[in-house]
Amino acid sequence: MKAAERIPEHPPLEKIPGPSAFGGSARRFFSLLWLTSVTDFRLGFHGTVLGYIWSLARPLMLFGILLLVFTKVFRFGDQVPDYASLLLLNIMLYSLFGDATSAAVGSLVDNEGLVRRAQLPRIVIPASTVLTTFLTLTINLIAVFAFIIISGVEPMLTWLFLPVILLWLLALTFGTSFLLSAFFPRFRDIGLIWTVVGLALFYGTPILYPIEVAPEGLRALIELNPLSLIFIQAHHWIIDPNAPSVIEATSGHWWILPASLSIFVAICALGLAAFSREAPKVAEEL
Amino acid sequence: MTSEPADPTLTPQTAGPLSVRARGVTKSFRVLSNQSETLKEHLLNPGHLLGRDERRLVALNGIDFEIRAGEFFGIVGRNGSGKSTLLKLMASIYHLDSGEIEVAGRIAPFIELGVGFNPELTARENVALNGVMMGLSITEANDRYEEVLDFAELQDYTDLKLKNYSSGMQVRLAFALMLQARADVLLIDEVLAVGDAAFQRKCSDSLQFLRSQGKTIVLVTHDMAAVQRHCDRAMLIEGGVVDTIGDPTEVADRYVEISYEEHAHPERTGGTNLRARVSRIELRDADDNPVRAVHSGQPLQIVTEIEGNEPVGDLLLYVEIATSSVIRVAAMVSNAEEIRNLGPGERAEVRFEFDCPLGVGDYMLRYYLSSVDEGELIQPTSQAFPFSVIKGAAAGTLVAIPYGKSSRRMDGER
Repeated sequence: MKAAERIPEHPPLEKIPGPSAFGGSARRFFSLLWLTSVTDFRLGFHGTVLGYIWSLARPLMLFGILLLVFTKVFRFGDQVPDYASLLLLNIMLYSLFGDATSAAVGSLVDNEGLVRRAQLPRIVIPASTVLTTFLTLTINLIAVFAFIIISGVEPMLTWLFLPVILLWLLALTFGTSFLLSAFFPRFRDIGLIWTVVGLALFYGTPILYPIEVAPEGLRALIELNPLSLIFIQAHHWIIDPNAPSVIEATSGHWWILPASLSIFVAICALGLAAFSREAPKVAEEL
Repeated sequence: MTSEPADPTLTPQTAGPLSVRARGVTKSFRVLSNQSETLKEHLLNPGHLLGRDERRLVALNGIDFEIRAGEFFGIVGRNGSGKSTLLKLMASIYHLDSGEIEVAGRIAPFIELGVGFNPELTARENVALNGVMMGLSITEANDRYEEVLDFAELQDYTDLKLKNYSSGMQVRLAFALMLQARADVLLIDEVLAVGDAAFQRKCSDSLQFLRSQGKTIVLVTHDMAAVQRHCDRAMLIEGGVVDTIGDPTEVADRYVEISYEEHAHPERTGGTNLRARVSRIELRDADDNPVRAVHSGQPLQIVTEIEGNEPVGDLLLYVEIATSSVIRVAAMVSNAEEIRNLGPGERAEVRFEFDCPLGVGDYMLRYYLSSVDEGELIQPTSQAFPFSVIKGAAAGTLVAIPYGKSSRRMDGER
């Protein structure tokens, strides 16, 4: 005997999750993050090789100007071994932090249509702007390393630590971007404030100069900047093994290294926490 | 589940398992007196953070409803009634203040067609992006590309960037994508008028198919004809609370009624210093009840009241029915003996009777009074009494004509 007509199996009622920073399945989260990043990356170059070369032109021009200023005008670059290589690497690395954070600040507002009309793990929005910039950096690094080798820096085993540098920088960039983008919808002047702070960070990080030349009084302050540690270590691992490592550079004061690392961890944790806290309400603030 | 409180508006046909249950859904929004809030302000004046006079706008105030699996459920309401807020709460875009919404299975993650479309990308790239948004894996989204394009009838335009698509093509693509959503509850905001008649037919069929699969469809709209055509049940939200829930026709009637309430007394017309004037005009049904929502073919009467001021002689009353965009559809004229030489304060009534010949849509009555002898306009053209035809044979046509039909087979005849 056949069973009476049955309604197909029906899932049970469950409370809806509400909007959140992460919500939903992990697969959807990562698929969305990856696809949006790659799409934006391609769109950035208009899908052409020429487009890519054009996007490389901006940091290269900055590099050319700064190189001219610090070797011909101030002449201080002449005393730093492989100054050109160091400068190029530093500018490229900083461009990840600088470009990604300034794009991420307003990312929720820029994607208002999506935030207000679709449910998605909201952290994907700032995260994908960071990841897009990161993809650009990885491509640009190929050019950087070609330059470094041509200009006479010997390839070293410590180059294998490059991923550590990149992940370290990426983590700090993510944390900062989350922190900034979480509060931007409510406090729109964060964008303006951040351009000024970003400028201060650019000069307050050993990008144009190696840490050794920093004056004694400012050096502790510069080393407390968590970005500085990354650039100090990159100099040591990638360009010049004789340049001080993070541990050597901070040996003057024992507390600097733990303090700076704590600030790094705090920014990452605070960024995540702030975004998670603000994310559910963000659609109403736009 | 016998302990469930039964919703009295659920008909036996729709008494399947529950798909959505909302209890006491409440949502309010922050309204800042000073819109531009800055960090600087907060740092310079931290005191106002605490003492700020924060007003809250209550958008929804305790909404309860239930939707059964496989139902086509309409949510209607005027602008600002809170219906879109409710949809955003259901889709987890807004955060609930209190109450709860429960859903069986997955609810569609967006409330509008084509959300997240990037005009710079081709159809293929947009399908992938949107598919992932709806919960497909990247591979699955790519696999369904052909199917989506077939449905949208866009196979010839695959490499075109979306910005070069016509709006109709974009909506077709979006609708085709929506059908791929892995959702048990679909949320649709005002989109059923997609494409040409043939494509609309296809959309209706697809929605019917989804329902037969036990999927639930929630439609938010202003279009009462769509509500009656598609929905099993509907809910009217007004001022953040449920006004009416149940039969779509009742809900549509009620919607039309409250929509016109704000024209406080449109039938009380102005112009008290005229020599004579139409002091009242309204549409009534056969039982003499004023109506705002009518059906094609329904017997109706236009009831007017004319009030005199100075005697005019022969008066001509002209009443016409026009669409909301003032396309004049039909006119009726009267110069009855009863409205001759009305003295000050004297009143007369004129009625026109007819069977509603109109197609589904929004209309209004317009009228003027003139003097037959002097050929002079006494009361210039005024419009009053908006009304809607909410049910009829064909939507989108201006008139509905009564017609007979016959058919026979032609086999073997020659």
